[in-house]
Amino acid sequence: MDFFLRLFGKEGSSKNIAKERLRLVLVHDRASVSPQVMQSFREEIIGVISKYLDIDTQRMEVDLTNEEDAVALTASIPVRSVRRGL
Amino acid sequence: MGIAIVVTSGKGGVGKTTTSANVGTGLAISGKSVVLVDADIGLRNLDVVMGLENRIVYDLVDVVQGYCRLKQALIRDKRYENLCLLPAAQTKDKTAVSPDQMKTLVDELKQEFDYVIVDCPAGIEQGFKNAIIGADEAIVVTTPEVSAVRDADRVIGLLEAEEIKEPKLILNRIRPAMVKRGDMMDIDDVLDILAIKLLGVVPDDDSIVVSTNRGEPAVTQNGSKAGQAYRNIVRRIMGENVPLMSLSVPDEGLFGRLKRLLVGER
Ligand SMILES: Nc1ncnc2c1ncn2[C@@H]1O[C@H](COP(=O)(O)OP(=O)(O)OP(=O)(O)O)[C@@H](O)[C@H]1O
Ligand SMILES: [Mg+2]
Repeated sequence: MDFFLRLFGKEGSSKNIAKERLRLVLVHDRASVSPQVMQSFREEIIGVISKYLDIDTQRMEVDLTNEEDAVALTASIPVRSVRRGL
Repeated sequence: MGIAIVVTSGKGGVGKTTTSANVGTGLAISGKSVVLVDADIGLRNLDVVMGLENRIVYDLVDVVQGYCRLKQALIRDKRYENLCLLPAAQTKDKTAVSPDQMKTLVDELKQEFDYVIVDCPAGIEQGFKNAIIGADEAIVVTTPEVSAVRDADRVIGLLEAEEIKEPKLILNRIRPAMVKRGDMMDIDDVLDILAIKLLGVVPDDDSIVVSTNRGEPAVTQNGSKAGQAYRNIVRRIMGENVPLMSLSVPDEGLFGRLKRLLVGER
């Protein structure tokens, strides 16, 4: 079967395998950001969310976590109250 | 005031030195004054690729450490009079030069030349940091393979962190026949992954090996495909809008495919 697929030019191309593997490995590589970047990232998140919600920045947790085929941004942000008049 | 361009890659052996030699020589042929700086201290190569290895007296480390004047260490290429090489030291290691010293050196060269082309060593350690410190622009070289593209991605991140804006990509050693049958990533695949501007594509070409044997960069050879690719790259560096050269291969047809499958690859 494989032989016939190849014969008619529809070979399971190795370039697509390469692309997919690269996509995944780069997600992981790029996610290993420096602590400084993580810190300013955190501050900007606080800035945006604080416009709408009163949050507890002391107990807030922001992290990039590696999962098998993706990287997830997980944030746990305790809300003290919702701003009035939104 | 000239422009300093660093040629870098992360992964070793993907074509930095070949690119530096060809781009530098091509710019010189186009009438620009060029100095090639071999920043691969301890593993000097640019001198042999350029065919200038017999003329070295002083090197980059001698200049930086004050053993000679800059002018004494520069080797003027007799074939193209506005082309010079500043060779790397062969017997010292990368720590013989500091980033500050390298910056001063490149700034001084920029006063004298239109283009300062810095051939970076492989890796992302001290030698890399020294090579990029004085650069205004960067060329990232990769081959269409997973490991090389991954390292290129890392290097692009580091260049951006150093505020060398918009590094440009040269995709080297493309084999059109492999691309055609889906066994090699193509230009679009690599650009898609790296999200960076393309400076050019250089085919995998025997003429690179032949020209390296002779110490005459392929860019000077009219019949060479890789040479043509480098001539286009040079024109793009000088601001011209040059379309990518066609690297298409004739369809091998059903018979060709059958033969390849029965007899084996290549
Ligand atoms: N387009 C090409 N076609 C064929 N051979 C090539 C091509 N580009 C480079 N090569 C060959 O690949 C080898 C490595 O090239 P080069 O020395 O330029 O790489 P490099 O990135 O400078 O390596 P290093 O990291 O060791 O400094 C050389 O033998 C060169 O001739
Ligand atoms: Mg090299």
